Amino acid sequence: MTNKQMIYEGKAFVYGDNIDTDIIIAARYLSTADPAELGKHCMKDLDPDFAKEICQGDIIVGGANFGCGSSREHAQFAIKGAGVSCVIASSFARIFYRNAINVGLPIAECPAAVADAKDNDQFIVDFSSGMIINNTQQKSYQIKPFPPFMQELIACGGLVNYTRQKLAKTSL
Amino acid sequence: MSMTMTQKILAAHAGLKSVEAGELIFCEADLFLANDITAPPAIGQFKALGAKDVWDKEKIALVPDHFVPNKDIQSAEQAKIMRDFAREQGIKHYYEIGIGGIEHVILPEKGLVAPGQLIIGADSHTCTYGGLGAFSTGVGSTDLAVGMATGSIWLKVPSAIEVKLSGQLNKWVSGKDIILYLIGILGVSGALYQSLEFCGEGVGNLTITDRLTIANMAIEAGAKNGIFLADEAAFAYARGKGNNSGIAYQADSDAKYEQRINIDLAEVPLCVSCPHLPSNVKPVEEVEDITIDQCVIGSCTNGRIEDLRQAAQILAGRKVDPHIRCLIMPGSQEVYQQAIAEGLMSIFVEAGAIVTMPTCGPCLGGHCGVLAAGERAVATTNRNFIGRMGHAQSEIYLSGPAVAAASAIAGRLCHPRRYAD
Repeated sequence: MTNKQMIYEGKAFVYGDNIDTDIIIAARYLSTADPAELGKHCMKDLDPDFAKEICQGDIIVGGANFGCGSSREHAQFAIKGAGVSCVIASSFARIFYRNAINVGLPIAECPAAVADAKDNDQFIVDFSSGMIINNTQQKSYQIKPFPPFMQELIACGGLVNYTRQKLAKTSL
Repeated sequence: MSMTMTQKILAAHAGLKSVEAGELIFCEADLFLANDITAPPAIGQFKALGAKDVWDKEKIALVPDHFVPNKDIQSAEQAKIMRDFAREQGIKHYYEIGIGGIEHVILPEKGLVAPGQLIIGADSHTCTYGGLGAFSTGVGSTDLAVGMATGSIWLKVPSAIEVKLSGQLNKWVSGKDIILYLIGILGVSGALYQSLEFCGEGVGNLTITDRLTIANMAIEAGAKNGIFLADEAAFAYARGKGNNSGIAYQADSDAKYEQRINIDLAEVPLCVSCPHLPSNVKPVEEVEDITIDQCVIGSCTNGRIEDLRQAAQILAGRKVDPHIRCLIMPGSQEVYQQAIAEGLMSIFVEAGAIVTMPTCGPCLGGHCGVLAAGERAVATTNRNFIGRMGHAQSEIYLSGPAVAAASAIAGRLCHPRRYAD
C-alpha cells in the first residue's frame, strides 16, 4: 500500500446484509492464494460483472455482518486483488474484521453511510481522520479513527510487515 | 470476580486474575490448527515474518481435509506445501489422509482437546471444541502464522449470551436441531463478537457429539465461540482419548450476560434451515413438499459415529430414491472403522448410498458432490449460502442426520417418523 495518508476515493458498489465469504470468493477458486487470480472471481455468484466493472480504488459498501462465514483470508485477497481500496459496512463478522486488519485491507464500520449509499456514489474515505464523505450526495460521516498503531499496521500492508518492521527496529 | 466461562479461560491463558469484556489481551494458546487451504498462506506469512522454527512442534496440528484426496494439480501443490512444512518442522500432529479425517472430528478423537484449553484454528469451525469446555475460535492465516511463530495471539475479550437448556430431546431430535433452532432465534449476526455459553440441567442430557455439533455452528450466529460447562461426561470423553488434563471453568454467579435464552429441549422440533442463510429455520413439517437431488450426511458438524448410527437406523432395509444421490461421509478414519464394525456401511451400500472417504469435499463445494444449476440438496453440513455447494443457482437445506436420511428415501424433505418410530 502506497497511500500513507490512508485516504481512498472511488465509486461505491452497494450490497445488502450478510455478504458471506462464499459470495466474496467461492471455495472452488481456493486452489490459489494469488490476489490477482482471486480478484477475477470476487463477488461472482452475486454480481457476475463485478470484476469487469470495478476500477482501481473503488469501494464496497455492505450491510450488517459483512464477511460472515469462513475464515479464509482469500476473501480479503480477492477484494484487494479486484482493485477495491476499502470496505464500508454497518458491521463486520469478527473473523473478517480481524483478517482485514491483519492483511492490510482498510475497513470502516458506519451504519449511517451505508444506509444512504447508492450504487456508483462517489466516496472519499479518510482513515486518518475517520471522515467518510459521500460526494455524490454531499453528505459526510464521522467514525472513530483506528488508533495510530492500527493505522500504521494497515498502512504498511498488515500484521506480517508490521511485525517485521517492529522486530527490525528493536532486536535485530 | 464476575466472569463468564470464556472470560475465565482467557484470563488463565493471559496470566491475569481477571478480564472484562472489551479488554484486549495476549493469550498463550494450547494448540494452533490449520488445514490444506489455510496452512499454505500461513506458511508463506510464517516465512515472511523471518521465523525459522515453530514455537512448539507438539502444539500445532496440521490436517489436510478440504481438497483431499487432492482434486487437481493446484490442490495437490497446496497440500504438499503443508506436508513439506510439517516434515521440515517436525510437527507432531500432522495427520495424513488415511490416519486422519476432518480436522474438527479428529482433534477430539486424538485426545488433543481437554476442558479449559485455548485452541486457535485457521478455520471458522474451530469453535467446535467448546463442546468439551474449551475456548476455541477461528482466525485467518496471518494470525495463525504469528501464532505458530510465537505461541501467542491477541484477543478481544467477548461479552456473552447465556443459553440455559432444560428437559429432554424428543426422538430423532439431535444437537443439530438445537443449534439450528437457536440460530433461528438469534439470526446470523445475533451473537456477533460474543460467546454463546450453554448451561443448565439439559446439558447432562446431551451426548458429547450433540455438544460438539452445537458449538461447531456457534459461528453461524456470528459468535466468537460456543462453550459448554465441562461436566464429568466431558472429562470422561477426554480421558477415554488418553487426555487426563483439563479444568472446568464455571461462570461466576454474578457473571454478566447481555442476554439470557432458555430452551426446553422437549420443544425443539426437527429443524431445516432453508436457503440461503442458516437462520432461515423451519420445522421439517413445513417444508415437506421440497424435492431434492442430493443428500449429504457428514462434515465437521455431523460426521461422527452417532450421526451415522441415526442415518443407518432410518436407511436400514430401505432404498434411497433412485433419483437421489445420497453421499455418506464418515468424519474420520476412526468413525469409518467403527461404522464398519457396527455394520452401518453395509446398510448404507445396500440402501443405495455412496460412502466416501472423510473429507470436507461437498460442504464447501470443493469436490466429491458438487451441485449443478437448479439442483437442491439436503445436507447435514453447516452453511447454505449461495453457491456454497456448487452452482450459484443451487440450493442447500441444512438438517440433522435423521431428516437427511429420511429425505434421501422420500426424494423430498421428510420427517423420519415416516420410516421409523
